[in-house]
Amino acid sequence: MLESSSRLTVTDLSMDLEHGSKTKLSAAPAAATPACKCSNRLLQLGDRLVAVQLVVLRTAAALTTVVAAAVMALNTQSYTAVVAIIGTKPLMQTFTAKFRYTPAFVYFVIANAIAGTYNLLVLIIRRLILQRRTASLVVHMLDMVILSCSLIISFSSLLLSLAQVIMALLATGAATAASMAELGKKGNLHARWNPICDKFGSFCSRGGIAIVSSFIGVALMLALNLLSAAANAHRPNVVGQ
Amino acid sequence: MAKLSRLITAVLRLAVAGAAAAAAIIMVTSHETTSFFGIEMEAKYSYTPSFIFFVVAFAVGFAYSLLVILVRPGSTASRLVLLSDVVVGMLLAGAVAATGAIADVGKNGNEHAGWLPICPQVRAYCVHVEGALIAGFVSLLIHFLSIMYSLHAVAEPLCCSH
Repeated sequence: MLESSSRLTVTDLSMDLEHGSKTKLSAAPAAATPACKCSNRLLQLGDRLVAVQLVVLRTAAALTTVVAAAVMALNTQSYTAVVAIIGTKPLMQTFTAKFRYTPAFVYFVIANAIAGTYNLLVLIIRRLILQRRTASLVVHMLDMVILSCSLIISFSSLLLSLAQVIMALLATGAATAASMAELGKKGNLHARWNPICDKFGSFCSRGGIAIVSSFIGVALMLALNLLSAAANAHRPNVVGQ
Repeated sequence: MAKLSRLITAVLRLAVAGAAAAAAIIMVTSHETTSFFGIEMEAKYSYTPSFIFFVVAFAVGFAYSLLVILVRPGSTASRLVLLSDVVVGMLLAGAVAATGAIADVGKNGNEHAGWLPICPQVRAYCVHVEGALIAGFVSLLIHFLSIMYSLHAVAEPLCCSH
């Protein structure tokens, strides 16, 4: 009996601490007996860590995905080379490498932009709206609206949160960009596709940074989903976050 | 009721395993040799690391789906299965995405990089890889459906005992 009540207060605290309101802290220890005060305080401390971790994880995930999208979108390199010599005059041609020449990289930028915007939006919503229930409702509404607008099966929004879908989108974007990067770096002898990284060195290295950052973002989003699912494990009517 | 849900889960997982095995086997058996302007051109799945990743990922998906049928629903292992379902789903999605990127370059080429499409030369190989991709997509879709179903079967007891 006491365990279940303390667990409820602990999760209330975690949700409120994530939103930055500190009003509920004073209400919790008042109900506990003096013998259980130490364990209650330890629980509070432990759950404060969880709440802080959620915010930190979400900020980190937003940062890494936005950085990946930005670095890849601004990734361009060109060099001029002599192609032929007509008489005594050398003919120069400029070779450019841009991210939008490869559909895989375009998809990568779009997926990372979506993930970054989503994480930032959820961060802002949770920070601005201090009431826990309204914030969860707003995020849930956002999830539903976006999911039904994008024609994904809308009954799935009850079971699978938008965060999971966006994480899967991000994972596919990172995978496809990584396979194109591998092709650009090593080429394919059998298909007579020459590697381009020796000519466009900084394009390749910047693309590599963007892809690594995106993979880190995927791992962070996975941890984020697990943590928020565990924090909401006994409150199934508030799905997602 | 529990027996029925267990049966449905088993059927879904068997479908995933079947489609994953089909995808891996079709990809492995893709092989074609042709001569192009006197030059011998050989197309095989093992010449592209993305295709090797595809085969390995779907072999893992096949083994995983078969193993998961043995888990009893309602035990703590079933919670772990929900977690690993999502991870394996992401693995399969990544494999399909990577293979799709290479297949797109093979079919349409990339004029900016000077890469010519190879599909006109090795048409049967292209069709084979397309078939493997379709089987991979089907496996991914059914895996997604089985995740939905297991969430639905697990979430209900959670909600009613609240």
